[in-house]
Amino acid sequence: MTPSAAWDIALCKLLRHSDTHFALDVRFTSAAQRVVLHGPSGAGKTQTLRMIAGITAPDAGRVAVAGRVLCDTSAALALSPQQRRLAYMFQDYALFPHLTVRQNIAFALSAGWRNPSRTAQDPRVDHWLRSFRLQAHASHYPHQISGGQRQRTALARALVTQPAALLLDEPFAALDKPLRQSLRHELKELQAELQLPLLLITHDEDDIACLAEEVVYLEAGHVTGLPLHQVQALDSPLATTD
Amino acid sequence: MDAAWIALTLSLKVAGWATAINLLLGVGVGYALARWRFPGRDLVDAVLTLPMVMPPTVLGYYLLVVIGSQGVVGAWLLEHFGIRLIFTWQAAVIAATIVSFPLVFKAARAAFETVDPQLEEAARTLGIRELAVFFRVSLPLAWRGILAGLLLAFARALGEFGATLMVAGSIAGKTQTLSIAVYEAVQAGQDDTANFLVAITSITCIAVLLSAGRLVPGRVLTRG
Repeated sequence: MTPSAAWDIALCKLLRHSDTHFALDVRFTSAAQRVVLHGPSGAGKTQTLRMIAGITAPDAGRVAVAGRVLCDTSAALALSPQQRRLAYMFQDYALFPHLTVRQNIAFALSAGWRNPSRTAQDPRVDHWLRSFRLQAHASHYPHQISGGQRQRTALARALVTQPAALLLDEPFAALDKPLRQSLRHELKELQAELQLPLLLITHDEDDIACLAEEVVYLEAGHVTGLPLHQVQALDSPLATTD
Repeated sequence: MDAAWIALTLSLKVAGWATAINLLLGVGVGYALARWRFPGRDLVDAVLTLPMVMPPTVLGYYLLVVIGSQGVVGAWLLEHFGIRLIFTWQAAVIAATIVSFPLVFKAARAAFETVDPQLEEAARTLGIRELAVFFRVSLPLAWRGILAGLLLAFARALGEFGATLMVAGSIAGKTQTLSIAVYEAVQAGQDDTANFLVAITSITCIAVLLSAGRLVPGRVLTRG
């Protein structure tokens, strides 16, 4: 089930912010199923994740996830985000505010020009509503539910597509501490159950301790600092960051 | 009073067509300006806003230059299809469309700019094709703002006078819209007709504005 290299990433892009330009040059390969992208703010973590998902295009690079090449600028190959079949969870979840929890989860299941109806039943949607304990909120809108429920709705919305891998941008940042702890374990169990490669961005060292098989430390657009392949079974916080 | 009803129906027909055309054009242009960054974007926006600030007679003159029988497009249409646009109700539609276009595209651009691009990106990562992303995410979230702009544009098209008079003239029962009929009635000293026409125009405009007021985003959708 585990491919030889779950992640094979090499990405270059010149990032232009209002005042600074900096060159992002991120390269890492990893056979680990759960990789954490770590580093100070502005290091280019989210940009890296967006390029892996195909939301932004790199200037040059190659992305292979779970044995599938998704982008290779030297071969003029760049799959669209639609074709990549990667689940991407945004930091603030990006749930569709005009759709209910059920419609959000069912969103990817109807391919046409119309959104799934409020009452449509689908066993795949019911499965995720049940396993994330969201049944009671199925007809609520995103602004009517709690942060933890939003996070699980976003996760369910992505998982229902049976993605090839999970990309999570600070999945717990918007939540309070006790909730983080339980959702972290939930995510770990879920990953073990689905055997999906998982790449997540975090600032939180507890996330690393719980979830990381391998840590990629990013600083000013480059992979630096912490050596790879060394972060198994972590029980103390890592190097100090922001 | 039959003439008044004919004028009202014609006005509604012209304003309805102008609004329908602007729904397509204004939403398309508004979306493009909200989402694509290209050099000269501000200039394009300014030029497209011109009809809102220029005197309608100036617009009417430009239109004559373009679609008049001697005009660039007008001469071509006449030569190849035998179509003479000037002094038809279709010319009135063109005038009303241009005059009310800025109201639609401005409202559409502003409405699309309030839609978080992340939501569109999320839809893409979920495998939804580009056009479907527009119809399932962008448009529903911007719809109220666009609708408010469309109603204002409808009201503006209904009241259009200057440009319409220049390109469509004032042919009773054919191109004489409500606002032109008012002018003619006053000129001819037909006070009863004028009063009646003014009353229907006012009622129609108030009704449109009231509906627009209800649609201006009062319920702000919070992001999930």
